[in-house]
Amino acid sequence: MKLLRAILLRLATMSVTLIGAAVVVFFVIRVVPGNPIAMMLPPGASEEDIARLTAHYGLDKTIFEQFWIWLTGVFHGDFGTSISLRQPVMPLVLSRLPATLELAIFALVIAVMIGGAMALTGVRHRETRTETAIDVANGVGLSIPDFLWALILIVLFGVLMPVFHISGRISPSLDLPFVTQFYVFESIARLRFDLWWDLLKHMFMPALALAIPLAAIISQLLKQSLKETMHLDYVTLSRTKGYSENHVILSEALPNAVLPTLTLIGVQFTFLIGGTVIIERLFSYEGLGNMAIDAVINRDLPLIQGIVIVFALLFTIINLVVDMTYALLNPRLRHA
Amino acid sequence: MSAFLTVNNLSAALHGYDQRVLRSVSFSIDTGEVLGLVGESGAGKSMIGKAILGILPSAISIIEGEILLDGQDLQKLKPADRRRMIGATAALIPQDPLTALNPSRRIEPQITNRLVDILGWSKADARVRALELLNEVHIDNPERVMGSYPHELSGGMRQRVLIASAFAANPKLVIADEPTTALDVTVQKQILRLIRELQERHSTAMVFVTHDLGVVSKVCQRLSVLYGGKIVENSSVPDFFAGPKHAYSRALLAATPKYTDPDASLLPVDEAVIEAVAAEVLASDKEWRHGG
Repeated sequence: MKLLRAILLRLATMSVTLIGAAVVVFFVIRVVPGNPIAMMLPPGASEEDIARLTAHYGLDKTIFEQFWIWLTGVFHGDFGTSISLRQPVMPLVLSRLPATLELAIFALVIAVMIGGAMALTGVRHRETRTETAIDVANGVGLSIPDFLWALILIVLFGVLMPVFHISGRISPSLDLPFVTQFYVFESIARLRFDLWWDLLKHMFMPALALAIPLAAIISQLLKQSLKETMHLDYVTLSRTKGYSENHVILSEALPNAVLPTLTLIGVQFTFLIGGTVIIERLFSYEGLGNMAIDAVINRDLPLIQGIVIVFALLFTIINLVVDMTYALLNPRLRHA
Repeated sequence: MSAFLTVNNLSAALHGYDQRVLRSVSFSIDTGEVLGLVGESGAGKSMIGKAILGILPSAISIIEGEILLDGQDLQKLKPADRRRMIGATAALIPQDPLTALNPSRRIEPQITNRLVDILGWSKADARVRALELLNEVHIDNPERVMGSYPHELSGGMRQRVLIASAFAANPKLVIADEPTTALDVTVQKQILRLIRELQERHSTAMVFVTHDLGVVSKVCQRLSVLYGGKIVENSSVPDFFAGPKHAYSRALLAATPKYTDPDASLLPVDEAVIEAVAAEVLASDKEWRHGG
């Protein structure tokens, strides 16, 4: 009963968030200068043509009327038609979403692995030069933004030492047997490791660029909270039982120290997804972020709305997952 | 008969400082005997227990002396061997039961982990032993407690669990580091009785760290009074309460609250006595420097 109430409450707050995001984006993109009709017609188009097209897309109505038309459509599953691509918005967005999700998840995995390893190494060798080196690395990782890391990586591994692909999601020459857009997952499911490897070689640099700042944050916070935990009584007590330092860190300190880091990862992961917009552009990666930039350039209002709604939905889901994981790992919350 | 634990001339110091925090400490304990380590806060009484168990803070290290556990010099063992030897023969009853249990783990593994991981017991045997121990520390429904998380238990219950955990592997030496300080008065008495009961039943050698002379009179056979990391008096408990030899010990005893005259006994230790004992400690430092 309690659980059901918690879930319902959560769903209610999620829908409020989504409606809020929808309202804000709908009005903001209509208030800023620039209009989609001007982008579609050649220079010197007649007044009549402009008026006709404006009426065709319903842009001659008031903002409130437009919002009402859009909102009723959304409740029927119709997010409108993209002005620049002339296709229904939702199928377009959904066809690009898997690419972005795969990139973001891969980046998250890299960030957790690098950040976690650095934090554990730093704690294992605390108050030595190794820890200082890790602190310096964290500082560098944090102070350079992801898009700059992208350029650095392109120069390093795309130009000087060309081991990874610098553009696209997969080599165009390959035959694709895929039925879903989740190429990485599907290539594993189909045991097509040649395709999987090609995908990885394309994804590695954008994912790493997204991962480095997050890895630095994870490393810094986890190391700090591990160091604090290492001074607690139950950790000291487990030392007297004859356990090695490694065991003490991994099985006594880590499960408790990881909790604050987990919350942070949730928040930072949403930033990381925001970062995909620019990173996908830099690597010509055919994801949602890349599509978002095109949509903004073309003033493709319905498409922008669709993309923002999907991003907003993604963020609320991530928050939900983080909260659930937190409750699962922390027994003090489980019964509350 | 040789003592089970012998600490010889043990000195410890902060890294990078000349000042010692333990000053040539020596004492020994036989099997089945309880030694009280008494002193004010900061006298170094807990530090001695930590030095024996190898859990000194990283900034402090042993600079000389030996710790003989069952005839084995701990300082001469390789770190991994020392750790295993301490884990198998000694145990700690910590000061604060609220922080000494891992909040994200159930009680059962916190009692049995040493048996399973360090001593190689089977999980089933360890579980039986844990239930037996929880009975020994008078916990009514051990099955339920084993499956609980620490936050679901009261402070007194947690300290019982920690005592059970300390006695799990039949340790030959138990170090009780102010085990009742964090508990409220009514629970203190029960816990003290319990520790005494288990110590006698298992005839464990025990170091009992406390600032409470009343507790010492109930639990210990002998005591050592510490000031500034130096033992100023070693004595048997009856002799001590009959009349301490050292002026500082006398002052400490006089400062213990009495029911008969509560106001008089709340006076602080006389400053002249403190100055004298501080001077004595510093003099011993000088002697130590010249000797070493």
